[in-house]
Amino acid sequence: MLLKKGVQPPSFRKTGTTIVGLVFQDGVILGADTRATEGPIVADKNCEKIHYMAPNIYCCGAGTAADTEAVTDMVSSQLQLHRYATGRESRVITALTLLKSHLFSYQGYVSAALVLGGIDVTGPHLHTVYPHGSTDTLPFATMGSGSLAAMAMFESKYREGLTRDEGIKLVSEAICSGIFNDLGSGSNVDVCVITKGHAEYLRNHLLPNPRTYISSKGYSFVKGHTGVLSTKITPLKEKVEVVEGDAMEE
Amino acid sequence: MSIFEYNGSALVAMVGKNCFAIASDRRLGVQLQTIATDFQRIFKIHDKLYIGLSGLATDVQTLYQRLAFRHKLYQLREERDMKPETFASLVSALLYEKRFGPYFCQPVLAGLGDDNVPFICTMDCLGAKELAKDFVVSGTASESLYGACESMYKPNMEPEELFETISQALLSSVDRDCLSGWGGHVFVV
Repeated sequence: MLLKKGVQPPSFRKTGTTIVGLVFQDGVILGADTRATEGPIVADKNCEKIHYMAPNIYCCGAGTAADTEAVTDMVSSQLQLHRYATGRESRVITALTLLKSHLFSYQGYVSAALVLGGIDVTGPHLHTVYPHGSTDTLPFATMGSGSLAAMAMFESKYREGLTRDEGIKLVSEAICSGIFNDLGSGSNVDVCVITKGHAEYLRNHLLPNPRTYISSKGYSFVKGHTGVLSTKITPLKEKVEVVEGDAMEE
Repeated sequence: MSIFEYNGSALVAMVGKNCFAIASDRRLGVQLQTIATDFQRIFKIHDKLYIGLSGLATDVQTLYQRLAFRHKLYQLREERDMKPETFASLVSALLYEKRFGPYFCQPVLAGLGDDNVPFICTMDCLGAKELAKDFVVSGTASESLYGACESMYKPNMEPEELFETISQALLSSVDRDCLSGWGGHVFVV
């Protein structure tokens, strides 16, 4: 109703994104680009889209940035409490169920599209979660606005039993395909390799878009260039220091 | 017209060498009509932590009151000031609490952490944090601020040069935005 009257909805920070994941011979590899957008503006050139869920589980997020952040943080704390209560390693299916039940109960209004990957006692797992709460279980998956570009790489090059290096290379290629062919994705490649008992977060694994246009000198302004109406200088007080001394006499 | 553009604002924070600067414009308007030319949207939380709130002025003041209240409770309980990182999480949590009826504010945080390491960060109105090493901007003039900061910013500036740079970036951006202007407030710590 308000929309029809011309009231604009507030602009949220979104992650027009490429996020991917695949299963390789020893576990799961996740990948993401690092661009955050607000409409057509690039709000952050190097953000983190691979979120920690548990020591053996990580999750890539696309959609409204605040939602992916909040939903992964919330589930990750639920998993931690569950580990304290049971004393066992978290399972990927537990994380998946917590995520999908939350998202389903909000009927898609919490707009988080996720790629969840991890390894537990039942082996390696890779899932995609849609904002409405539906899920898929796949050997390779892509999400976000660059998902088509990334899936093109997976569909042509994925096979079973990839080695670790082959897997990282394919994930990087898929993300790069998103970075260069999808305008909502850009900047750098983040990768996360999860194997049995070990997770390796390769932040900025590739930097295919370094800044080349910066001038070596930059602009410099002389002191007093800007007109100042009034100045107030407040010296910061040192906090009182408590010195351990002799105890007072009785 | 978006509700974020009702009052008009420009906010920017920059990191220098063991220092930071945060600056805003001074205009309060109702759409195109200027109401006040000495409006405050940067607030001191403690000696080494400042927050700027862009967007709808009524929400700016309400949110500041809630944040100041929460910080005072923290000071009473912990007998120390909040670290900038902790405060950022607090702001983020307060904003996400109102996920489906948000405060129409985009906060900019600037502070000095342990060993006076500068920290700056911005959020959208839902509390999605964006940590930056160089500069952060928000408000109706954010597009032109991005351009100005991107070309004027240099790493490791001393406080005097940082002041000139942030002031020039603010002034030149504000001149290209109808909804913000009337000079600025600059805080250098």
